[in-house]
Amino acid sequence: MFYRETGQYKTTYAADRAIFPIRQDRIGIAILLVVAFVVIPLFANEYWLRSVLTPVLVFSLAAIGLNILTGYTGQLSLGTAAFMAVGAFAAYNLEVRVPEVPFLVSFVVAGLAAAGVGILFGLPSLRIKGFYLAVATLAAQFFIEWLFTHVGWFTNYSTSGVITAPPMTLLGYSFESAESRYLLTLCIVAGMAIMAKNMVRSELGRAWMAVRDMDVAAEAIGINLMATKLTAFAVSSFYCGVAGALWAYVYLGTVEPQAFDVLRSFEILFMVIIGGLGSILGSFLGAAFIVLLPIFIANASGLFGSALSAETIAHLEFVIFGGLIILFLVVEPLGLARLWQIVKEKLRLWPFPY
Amino acid sequence: MKREIGSGPPVTALENIHLSFGGLRALQDVSVAVQPRERLAIIGPNGAGKSSLFNIISGIYTASSGVVRHKGEERPSRMKPYEVARLGIARTFQNIALFPGMSALDNIMTGRNSLMRRGILSEALQLGWARRQEIEHRRRAEEIIDFLEIPSVRRTPVGELPYGMQKRVELGRALAAEPELLLLDEPMAGMNLEEKEDMCRFILDVNEIQGTTLILVEHDMGVVMDISDRVAVFDYGRKIADAAPDDVRRDQTVIDAYLGTAHEH
Repeated sequence: MFYRETGQYKTTYAADRAIFPIRQDRIGIAILLVVAFVVIPLFANEYWLRSVLTPVLVFSLAAIGLNILTGYTGQLSLGTAAFMAVGAFAAYNLEVRVPEVPFLVSFVVAGLAAAGVGILFGLPSLRIKGFYLAVATLAAQFFIEWLFTHVGWFTNYSTSGVITAPPMTLLGYSFESAESRYLLTLCIVAGMAIMAKNMVRSELGRAWMAVRDMDVAAEAIGINLMATKLTAFAVSSFYCGVAGALWAYVYLGTVEPQAFDVLRSFEILFMVIIGGLGSILGSFLGAAFIVLLPIFIANASGLFGSALSAETIAHLEFVIFGGLIILFLVVEPLGLARLWQIVKEKLRLWPFPY
Repeated sequence: MKREIGSGPPVTALENIHLSFGGLRALQDVSVAVQPRERLAIIGPNGAGKSSLFNIISGIYTASSGVVRHKGEERPSRMKPYEVARLGIARTFQNIALFPGMSALDNIMTGRNSLMRRGILSEALQLGWARRQEIEHRRRAEEIIDFLEIPSVRRTPVGELPYGMQKRVELGRALAAEPELLLLDEPMAGMNLEEKEDMCRFILDVNEIQGTTLILVEHDMGVVMDISDRVAVFDYGRKIADAAPDDVRRDQTVIDAYLGTAHEH
C-alpha cells in the first residue's frame, strides 16, 4: 500500500538510471542514513559502537571488495584477508617511515598497494578458473601471511612481530573516542559503497558481469578479458586493502599478521555468500549477519542462566552458527539480498494478491 | 530502397584457410569472401566446418595456415576475439550465449561496451563524461530495443525469457556494437514459423537500412534461398559450391552432399 511506484514517471534516461529511482527507496535510505550518522552515535553505548557496529562496517567494506571479484566478475578468491593484510601493513609502513603523511592518505596508499598485489595474484585468472583459481589465491593467502610474519622489515623489526597503528589525527583532531572512530569508518564505507554501486551499474560493471556469465561471448562482443579481470582484481583488492587498514587502525590498534589468516578469508566469503553474490546491499547484510549472529546466540543462551557452563555455550554457538548457515543456504541460496528483493516485490502489490 | 552490393575489397575474405585439431581436418583450403552489404549464406551438413569458419573470422580459432583479410588488409594471424570485434565484426552463437544474470537492457548495453570509454574513478563517481556516456549509449540501446520490439522485457533477466526472445536479445546485443559485418550462427534454429518471419524481417531491415554485411549459417533452406544473395556450400571441411541460390539449388554436387533429391514444397 505504501511501497507503490505508480505515478512516478521517469521522463529522462538520467532519471531512470538514478541509484534509487523509486521515491519510497529514497525516503528509506534517507532515514537509514540519519539513523546511522545521528541516532546511533547519540544513543549507542561504547561497547556497541566499538565492538559491534564498527567491525560490521569494516567487514562490509571487505565483503564489497570480495563481492566485486567473486559476485560480479565470477572469480573465486580465498585471499581476501591477505589483501587486507597488505593494506594494513602498507598504511603502517608508510606512516612509520614518513610520519608527515596524513592517515587518510595512507589509507589510499593502503588500497593502492593492495590493488598492486591483487593484480599480481590475479594473473593466474587469465589461464585458470573456478576451484583452481581459488587454490591459486589461497597460495597468495599463505604467502603473504608468511611474508609479514618472517620478514622483519614489514613490522619495522618489532621483536613481538606485531605492529601498532599510529594515532589518527586530522587537522588537530584525534580520532580516539568510539563515536569518532565509528563515524570515520561510516563515512569511508558509505562513500566507497556508493562508488562500488556506481561502478557495477555502468560500463565497468557490465564488463565484469559479462565475464562472469559467459566469457566467450564477452570477448566476442569486444570486451578485453585480461584487462577486465585484472581491473576486477585491482578494484576488489583496493577495497580489501582499505578495509584492512581500517581494521588495524580503527578496530584492533595492535595487529599481528595472524589477524589476517585464512579463517578471516573464509569468514568474508561466508558474508558474501549469505548476503548475496552480486549485491552491494548484500555485502552489508552478510557482514551484519555474521557479526551479530554469535552475539545473538550468546545472549540467547545466557537466558538459560547457569544451567550451561560457559564452555558449553561457546561450543553451542559454533554448532548453532554452522547449522543456521547450512539451513540458510538450503532455503535461500541467493542470499539475504534476494530475500529483501522478494519482500519489496510483495510490498509493491500488498494488500492485493496480484 | 535499392540496395547495392559493394564492389572493391571484400569486408572479410578468407584465403586458403586450413584448420586442424590434431588429426581432424576441420577446414581444408577454404577461400570465401563477402562484399559490403552482401547477404551470404553458408550451408552444409553437421560437421562440415560452418561454425569453425565463424570461429576463425571472429578470432576464437586461429587458422593452421591461410590468410584472413579485413577490407583488403591482412589481419595479424593471432588476433584476439575482442580485437576482431573492434574491427566492426559482431556475431551471435548457435547455442544462445547471452549473459543470463543480466537484464535484456544490460545485455544490449554490454554490446556497446566496446564503443565506450573506461575510467575507473570517473565511473565510480559518475561525474562528467562517465555519466553522459551511459545516457547517450542508453538512448541508442533503446532504439535497438524498439526496433526488435522487445520493450516489455527490457528489465527481465534474460535467463527467464523464452527462447525466441533470447534469440532477439542476442541479435540486439550484436547490433548494439554497430557492426559492419554481422555473423549469424543459425538465427532461426528452434523457432516456429512466426518467429522465423519476424527474425527474417529484422535481419533484412538491418541489412537494407543500415547496410550491414551479413554472413549467416542456417539449416532452413526456405529461409536461406529466400533471403541470401549468394550461398556457399560446405561438406567435410571443403567448400563445394559458391553461387546464387538458384544455381546452388541445381548444382549436382550440392544435391548429392546436402540437399538430397529435390522435393517440391
